[in-house]
Amino acid sequence: MKLTLKIWRQENPTATGAIHTYELDGVAKDMSFLEMLDLLNEQLVLTGEEPVAFDSDCREGICGMCSLMINGEAHGPEVTTTCQLHMRSFNDGDTITIEPWRAEPFPVLKDLVVDRSAFDRIIQAGGYISANTGSAPEANSVPAPRDKAMRAFNVATCIGCGACVAACPNGSASLFMGAKITHLGELPQGQPERWSRVVDMVGQHDHEGFGGCTNIGECASACPKEIPLDVISQLNKDLRTAMKNGL
Amino acid sequence: MAVSGLLFIGFVAGHMYGNLKAFSGEEKFNDYAHHLRELGEPMLPYEGFLWIMRVGLIVALVVHVACAIALWKRAATARPVKYAVKKNTGSTLSSRTMRWGGLTILVFIVWHLLNFTIVKINPSNGETGDPDHSPYGLLVETFDLWWMTLIYLVAMLALGFHLHHGTFSSLQTLGLTNSATSRARARTAGWVVAIVIAGGFSLVPLSVLVGIIEK
Repeated sequence: MKLTLKIWRQENPTATGAIHTYELDGVAKDMSFLEMLDLLNEQLVLTGEEPVAFDSDCREGICGMCSLMINGEAHGPEVTTTCQLHMRSFNDGDTITIEPWRAEPFPVLKDLVVDRSAFDRIIQAGGYISANTGSAPEANSVPAPRDKAMRAFNVATCIGCGACVAACPNGSASLFMGAKITHLGELPQGQPERWSRVVDMVGQHDHEGFGGCTNIGECASACPKEIPLDVISQLNKDLRTAMKNGL
Repeated sequence: MAVSGLLFIGFVAGHMYGNLKAFSGEEKFNDYAHHLRELGEPMLPYEGFLWIMRVGLIVALVVHVACAIALWKRAATARPVKYAVKKNTGSTLSSRTMRWGGLTILVFIVWHLLNFTIVKINPSNGETGDPDHSPYGLLVETFDLWWMTLIYLVAMLALGFHLHHGTFSSLQTLGLTNSATSRARARTAGWVVAIVIAGGFSLVPLSVLVGIIEK
């Protein structure tokens, strides 16, 4: 396959970036999208040009490190992470535009790499449960109803990649927050901090500069883990209850 | 945003019902308009009910617009650098046109109030103040002009779009769509509210234009 790649290049956080165009030949259908970028970087190194910086870690779709806006879609055209996206989803001769996540709280560090520590600070604000450390407790000592446990498990698959923010026209992180609030709020262990959690997380979210949710739904369709939109309703319901409780 | 929006849905539903009185003829329609002013008498003064509604609507409008401006501002600051390529894959057209559609409705409301409430401009002859004291007459003479009907139909299209997403969005904001089933129900409610209200409103100007409703 021969591809035309239009890639956002930016030297550092303060530099002005621009889209550069590269021609890449010899791309195999079985390559992952990141392997395709590795191939491009090998060629760039040979020609003496700085390789394109991008984030990746596990390359098996479970860590949430990879990102990339590919032809206007977060993680590209398939419902998966960029590392699990394969070049068979593209055709010979395609032009592919690759941009970093765009959000004020996700500043570009270099090329396609953005700083997502705003998510860490939202988690620190309330996305946790307090438990005594020591040996792991007996797993069945705190029973959880099956339907609640299943819902918690389903939304706990959120890997915090930030695709929801990248896809949202408002730049809101409500799906991410909703996933954490639903995950912890459905389980008995999450109850003691349930109402302060939602208030603190939403406060940190707004403080970081994320936009407000208008329930458009681009987030849920971009999510590689298929977190459903109803976690945002859960977030709103918990916030409503917290406000009623005077928090 | 959600609460003020739901108040507006209640209002437009009632308004749409009142407009359909035009199909019962001149006398019934004018009587309805008159009775609105006497509603609640003698507990309320003349036009008391209308003024309670007006004050309520103005408060709701201020809240709704203030929320919209805040959200618009936050969205603009949250993404200062736009994407070169951005696709929409999971959103409805109505959800993406809430802001410009809302502005369209706001501009329309200004004209609509000049047309039928505050100045009572009769666009067919330029008269103001409704000298015949017949809301029905003003309605028929307005919508006998094809371009007036067109303006109102465009506004109703904008309203339909706004209600389609707004109904669902308000239920989601209030935290009432916590499962796939309830979310689907809220989406259906959006379709029903949009079609019934925007469609019901559109019936009157269309019927005037084609001659079903006439003086």
